[in-house]
Parts: sequence; C-alpha cells; structure tokens
Amino acid sequence: MKKLMLSAVMMALTMTIFGQGYKPGDEAIDFRLKNVDDKMVSLADFPDAKGFIVIFSTNHCPYVVAYEDRMIELDKTFKPKGYPVIAINPNDPKAFPEDSFDNMKIRAKEKGFTFPYLFDETQEIAKTYGATRTPHVFLLKKEGGKYIVKYIGAIDDNYQDASAVKEKYVANAIADLEAGRPVKVQETKAIGCSIKWKK
Amino acid sequence: MNRFKIILLFFLLGWLPVTGQTVPEVNFSQFEPWLKKNNDTTYVINFWATWCKPCVEELPGFLKAAADLKNEKVKFIFVSLDFPTQKESRLLPFIEEHAMNEQVILLNDPASNQWIPKVDPQWSGAIPATLIYKGKNKRFHEGSLSYDELITIIKSK
Repeated sequence: MKKLMLSAVMMALTMTIFGQGYKPGDEAIDFRLKNVDDKMVSLADFPDAKGFIVIFSTNHCPYVVAYEDRMIELDKTFKPKGYPVIAINPNDPKAFPEDSFDNMKIRAKEKGFTFPYLFDETQEIAKTYGATRTPHVFLLKKEGGKYIVKYIGAIDDNYQDASAVKEKYVANAIADLEAGRPVKVQETKAIGCSIKWKK
Repeated sequence: MNRFKIILLFFLLGWLPVTGQTVPEVNFSQFEPWLKKNNDTTYVINFWATWCKPCVEELPGFLKAAADLKNEKVKFIFVSLDFPTQKESRLLPFIEEHAMNEQVILLNDPASNQWIPKVDPQWSGAIPATLIYKGKNKRFHEGSLSYDELITIIKSK
C-alpha cells in the first residue's frame, strides 16, 4: 500500500514537469503573440535583427520588478546593435490576477517599456522554450534563417543591486557573439518566481 | 564585568526563542552545513519567500506536517529568499502571523548561479522548491507539494 502511494506521488510529480525545453545550441521556434498595443508580434517581424533577448517576465514577481529597469537598459543598449528585447508573460491570470493582459498594459505604460511585452495565453511558448521562472532569459541568434539559442538564464549575477553586478551574463554573451567567439557562459541559474501553469 | 556581560548574553540568547523566532541571515557557505547533516534525522528544507504565492499556499501543509511529526526524527527548515531589506517589514511579521515555530533562515546570497546547483543540479531556481534528505538518501522537488505528497516522501526516507 505504501509502495503504491509512493508510486502515485512519483507519477504526479513527474507529470508536473513539462518536457525539458531548449538547451544552448537548439533551434527555437518563432511565435505570434499579442503585444500590449493589441498588435500581434513575431520574431519574423524584425528582418534586420541579428538576434533577440527573449525574457519570460510577469507583472507580479518581485524578482522581475528588481530587473525591470535593467530590462529597459538592455533594450536601449542592444536594440541598436541588432538584439532587441522581447518580453513574454506566460502566467495564468487565474492564478495571478495581477498578471492579466490589462495589467500588462498598465505595467508597460507605468515603466515605459521600450520593447514588446507579449501575452503567452496558451503557455505554449513558455513550455516549448522550457521557461520555468521569471525573469528567465533566452538569447537567440539568427543563423541561416533559424533562431539558435545561445544563452539561457539570468540577466546578470546580482538581483539585489545593479551597481554590485560583477558578471553581466547577457551582455557578455552578446559580446562573444559579436566577436565571433563561442559564448563562454551559456547557462546560469537564478532564483525566480515559478511560472504558474494552467491546470 | 566581562563575565557579567557574557552571562547576560547567554541569558538573552536563551530567552529569545521563547519570546519569538530569531531569523539568522546567512550567506550560502554559512547555510550549506544544513544540506549535509549525516545522522538519522530526516531534513525537510523548503525554499520559499513571503512574496511567492505558491510558496505561501503550500505552507499550511508543511506546518501541519511539522506539527504531526513533531515527535519523530524530522527537522523542518524554512529557507526564506525574501529581500533582506524586507526582513523587518515583511518576513518577521509573516512568521508571527502564521505562528511559524519551525526554524526560518534568511538566505542572503545574490550569487545564486554559484549556489543553486549545490542544493540540487536539477533546480532551475524557481520557488517553491524542497529538498528532503536523510543521510545520503535525497529527494529534490521543484514546485509545490501537498501535505499528502510531503508526508509520503518523508515516510519513504
């Protein structure tokens, strides 16, 4: 009986894990998601971009809030260099009413986001990419018409204090790409808010 | 005089847990020994924060398990990842409000890319996350756990 219960629990736990998601080097899919200006946005809409800083984000998560100004900085620095920021909110607004599409519009306006802030309503993109938390960055580079994942993880190594950052992971990865070098740090881990999946 | 001060200090330290939980603020290397106890106690290490909704939702199940197992060799440690600047304004009031008698530790170490894999290589960093271990017998779970799931895992140790 005990064994049976244990295997039932194990199964339930395994079922909560949605595939493995992308690893650096994988090809990422494009998407078509609604932006806070009510227009649909795809990666294909940016023919001149060399790549993208895709960030799974939310309104409610304090770790995201700690990084919002740095997300704007990233966009301002790297959009002119060919790597615009694309933020995507994958959270279920039933679980987090603060993360509704209407509240996304309010947040984007309040903070003056310079980048698209898209709603992944079906959560398909977050699941396919393998996002687990917010903020969670996927740096993509266009190679032969494909979007190749070059870096997955945090923006930098200090969520508490932007001025105490020692390693700017995303900026360093783009510098490596621009110099034609392999990206030195391809994956990092960081504390974040878990994405709430629809049941 | 010095001896008097030391006695006074012991006196105060001895009394603090009675008057309310003290929450040590530690970096990862100070915290790490809690992940490596090698004895016949089962350790339940829950990573959480007051701002994390699913963490707060699973907390009653954890506190009930801790209460139900208080005569067994099971030790609960709640590792808060709250912002250190909010210790006084959020964390301590939360602990009091929820009558958390179990050990709470505030982990203040921004170098999370260094220490997350040391908790478990599978952990992406999302919270809640829970490590349950007895000696070398480890089980890590990213995401919420219900009371029943938690009890089943603890009993399997």
